[in-house]
Amino acid sequence: MNWFTRRLRRLAPQLAALAIILGVISLVAPGFLTVSVQNGRLYGSLIDILVRAAPVALLTVGMTLVIATRGIDLSIGAVIAICGAVAATLISDGYPLPVVIAVSLGVGIACGLWNGVLVAVLDIQPIIATLILMVAGRGIAQLITEGVILTFNDDTFSALGSGALAGIPIPIYLWVGTALAIGLLIRRTALGFLIEATGINRRAASLAGVRARFLLFSAYAISGLCAAIAGMIVTADIRGADANNAGLWLELDAILAVVVGGTSLNGGRFSITASLIGALIIQSINTGILVSGFPPEFNLIIKAGIIIVVLTLQSPAIATVFGFIKATRRGDKLNHGAKEATR
Amino acid sequence: MKKALFAATAAAIFATLASGVSAQSLTVGFSQIGSESGWRAAETTLTKQQAEKRGITLKFADAQQKQENQIKAIRGFIAQGVDAILIAPVVSTGWDAVLKEAKEEKIPVILLDREIDSPKDLFLTAVTSDQVYEGKVAGEWLAKDVGSKDCKVVELQGTTGSSPAINRKKGFEEGIKAASNIKIVRSQTGDFTRTKGKEVMESFIKAEGGGKDICAVYAHNDDMAVGAIQAIKEAGLKPGTDIKIVSIDAVPDIFQAMAKGEANATVELTPDMAGPAFDALEAYLKDKKEPKKWIQTESKLYTQKDDPMKIYEAKKGLGY
Repeated sequence: MNWFTRRLRRLAPQLAALAIILGVISLVAPGFLTVSVQNGRLYGSLIDILVRAAPVALLTVGMTLVIATRGIDLSIGAVIAICGAVAATLISDGYPLPVVIAVSLGVGIACGLWNGVLVAVLDIQPIIATLILMVAGRGIAQLITEGVILTFNDDTFSALGSGALAGIPIPIYLWVGTALAIGLLIRRTALGFLIEATGINRRAASLAGVRARFLLFSAYAISGLCAAIAGMIVTADIRGADANNAGLWLELDAILAVVVGGTSLNGGRFSITASLIGALIIQSINTGILVSGFPPEFNLIIKAGIIIVVLTLQSPAIATVFGFIKATRRGDKLNHGAKEATR
Repeated sequence: MKKALFAATAAAIFATLASGVSAQSLTVGFSQIGSESGWRAAETTLTKQQAEKRGITLKFADAQQKQENQIKAIRGFIAQGVDAILIAPVVSTGWDAVLKEAKEEKIPVILLDREIDSPKDLFLTAVTSDQVYEGKVAGEWLAKDVGSKDCKVVELQGTTGSSPAINRKKGFEEGIKAASNIKIVRSQTGDFTRTKGKEVMESFIKAEGGGKDICAVYAHNDDMAVGAIQAIKEAGLKPGTDIKIVSIDAVPDIFQAMAKGEANATVELTPDMAGPAFDALEAYLKDKKEPKKWIQTESKLYTQKDDPMKIYEAKKGLGY
């Protein structure tokens, strides 16, 4: 089996789920799959999904790495709010765009490193360690915006959220580009392998010479960096920093995306691509509900129902059943063949 | 920063009051929910301004969204022997015991902007807006504005199941009932936020033939309307002309949009709940005149004709 079919087999459940969901939505809402060009940019619900998935997709990249180290990062929704607030403040104070971007990314990385210190140095359990920033982060963001929705009018910065380049919306470049860069960095070097080793057994990995502490720091820092990019997109999109609501509960969507992507919360083996497809599945459901015209009371029930089906199909119990059916069939064939032979 | 400023102003107010006002001036305790939204901050600012204007000493307690903090603050006010207590209750149940304590001490209690499930004799009056009426004002404005033309409306609801979302939807439907040419074609929740308002509006535009069939947006709050305006602009349409925008709350940012011609109307949820409350209180203390159990605040309609830029400037400093 070559590399490509192996990859395809790993991603098959997620791809199938995504295809089925898109198919069902297009039955409910005709014209859902149409993509046209309007005002020189791609236009359609599918493009909306790719654009609106940007924040969760970015968070998912970082979250996959953190979960692979057997950790979890609950703080990224709050980090979105902090970085958004920082970016909006700097923009409205008239700082040039490169400075704004650099400082916001720096703040995101700093938040990640703070989590890294708590987890890697002080050995606090990740769920508790990152809960601290999850709770405190929105307060910090509110201090920065002084409790209001801080609006600004800057076309270059807001292009990060709503602009387009060569017909493709910029948020798509940002999340695909970030995912590719981090994916290549992790998988073209031994880093990914070492992260998996740390996640499976940190002590054993350390004893074998892996610098587990450094890897933990990097994972949380990357998570913070991804949240910072997501924060800038969210802020640029509405031309304002909403400390109360920016990125609210997105950390949970990111965890869900990782789980739908088939990476275990117990750490170890991970696939960023599968997690990203998970993020697209979640956003497809969200956008699908909006265009389908169901009353909003059904939103969460529909979402939960679809997620349960996707997760059930991936569960080990179902895999065993499928394996059993396959094996009995093969067994039948063999028996049959054997009988033929004896005749 | 803000807190320090507040503290400084409060200290200044106390100083002037202590020196200048005679012994008969009132002391009122105010238990505020917190500062979770700009509107809430504006309500706090206006309450302080109203108290200052009337020479009332205001003791302010921020409950940070917790009922236990509010109950503690109310007990504190009772112990200090204040003349009256204002409460913006965070939840609707669990107030009976502490309100009885206030009643035993003969301290009148006035509820601000939310009602509670306690017996009516435990509080003097409640000053709130009528959320159904707010929706109705918005609906009636739209009915008048479109006249007899056919009009497809998309609705951006508040958080599903929340009382403003339910009531503002109901009121709007009442407002447009007489006009059979107006129809709500799509209705989804935008969670009262700009981001979701924009995302939902994008989908509505795609689902309704590129937005050309949509005649108006009705948003349960201004923030979602601001998000919808951006979505409409990005779809290459003109908000305010191609698609009319009507919303509720009257926060400063919507006046900016109105000044640019991108929003058409907003119904004010006034943050000045303290003014009517102090009026009722002063009348009650002067000649024991019991006010009505419910004082409804005005739900004022603002349109582009009302000099939106001037209102924006006036509202900007209130802490929204």
